[in-house]
Amino acid sequence: MTAVITVPAYLDEQSFEQVIEQVAPLPADAKLLVDARHTRFSTPYGLTGLLCLAQSRAEKPDFAPPAEDEVKSYWSRSSFFRYAEELFTVRGTIPKGRAHQDADGILEVTPIAKSEDVHAAVERVKDRATHILMNKLHLESRATMGFTVSLSEACQNIVEHAGRGGWVAVQSYNWAKRRVGRQVVVISVADAGQGFRQSLGTTRVRAIAGDRWSDGEALEAAVTNGYSRHTEPGRGQGIRGIKGYVHRHDGRLSIRSGTSRVTIVPPWDDSPAREDSLPAFAGSQLQIIIPERVEGT
Amino acid sequence: MTPNIDVREALQDSVNPAYTDLVTRVTGQRVRMLIEQRIAGLADGSVAVLDFSHIGLLDRSCADEILSKLMLPLTAEHPSKDGYVVLRGISEHHLEIIEAVLEVHDLALVVQLPSAELRLVGAVSAKERHCWETVMRHGEALVDAVADEVGLACEACQEMLERLARRRLLRRKADRFVPLGAVA
Repeated sequence: MTAVITVPAYLDEQSFEQVIEQVAPLPADAKLLVDARHTRFSTPYGLTGLLCLAQSRAEKPDFAPPAEDEVKSYWSRSSFFRYAEELFTVRGTIPKGRAHQDADGILEVTPIAKSEDVHAAVERVKDRATHILMNKLHLESRATMGFTVSLSEACQNIVEHAGRGGWVAVQSYNWAKRRVGRQVVVISVADAGQGFRQSLGTTRVRAIAGDRWSDGEALEAAVTNGYSRHTEPGRGQGIRGIKGYVHRHDGRLSIRSGTSRVTIVPPWDDSPAREDSLPAFAGSQLQIIIPERVEGT
Repeated sequence: MTPNIDVREALQDSVNPAYTDLVTRVTGQRVRMLIEQRIAGLADGSVAVLDFSHIGLLDRSCADEILSKLMLPLTAEHPSKDGYVVLRGISEHHLEIIEAVLEVHDLALVVQLPSAELRLVGAVSAKERHCWETVMRHGEALVDAVADEVGLACEACQEMLERLARRRLLRRKADRFVPLGAVA
């Protein structure tokens, strides 16, 4: 029997939890139909999350694409279908051929598995990011370099720690009607790999934690305290650098792994700093939101 | 003559001829190994200038892999080689990343600014910086002269200058301390 997983109309980090809630109780080899027919919008987090969902399944899931042509066209421009066609059995029509890049698209969905992929992503992002960050977010040119560096460091977490390939996507939005109330740029880096708990599973911090060791403890160790599975000094600087960049630019960083999420919460957001006992999901999903600079900041 | 190592050339020779950005640990490791080979071929006491002029982006992981792993063996109690390193062609973006990386390891380096002025970056105290700048100004200096100018007791100043020399930021020349040398 096929389990139908309903994708919400507005798919972002928060609403993706509804997808995970439906998938988590099912065995890995259960047959799924991921139904996105009524989905009208997705953030990079939603698109990369759906690809991770497919990667995490023992049996290739079916996928019903959005019904609206405009939405399908956007997902196509984001290169989502290019990879979805490999990971899902797509039930329905999707746009064919190479689509033009979206005006606000900085980096379409891009696979990351090795160091060369990070170089390629950086090369493609740097000019477009500079243009959008300076003209739409009104950041200084120096801040645009920090943005691309943060992207590079986030992608390296996949190469260094995930144990399998993942995805990155970057998009600019006007969130005037949503929480932050300004233009934002969003980076999503997601994988369906081993997650932070397993990655840090042989470290001293895991041994000290003993029975308390959990996804939440592993995330705190890595994100808050800078631990890495590599014991040599100087490791863990990537996340430290991302945190510093996010803090300097009034941004938001969240990392979900397993059943937990930690968030660096800016003044404009009211997310909890740590969430535990979430429904289980494979790998790690990182999101960075950098908002438009406002006068006086 | 001061040996100049073009870091972009090292990147293109060791990783990919099209690259200009120093990103990822894997890339950093390959670039460092090539730089280490070139430094190994220099005479003892040489100052190698790492030229970043043609490098675009630099991320922390790559900077850590190149600079920290290059400098830690040189600044150990029993150094791997009597070698010195100066950085040149550093942008503000590079400087921000390099300083953060050096501080994690309690390292410091001499950087040549576009104005040709030499500056100390990384983990250094205000007193250490003052001592270093005094030696730079004098060209070469006895401990007493530096101690007088900085306002330290001779013994404390001697210890500080020895530490700067051990960290490859000054040279010891008999009873004097001297700058790393003119960078061409």
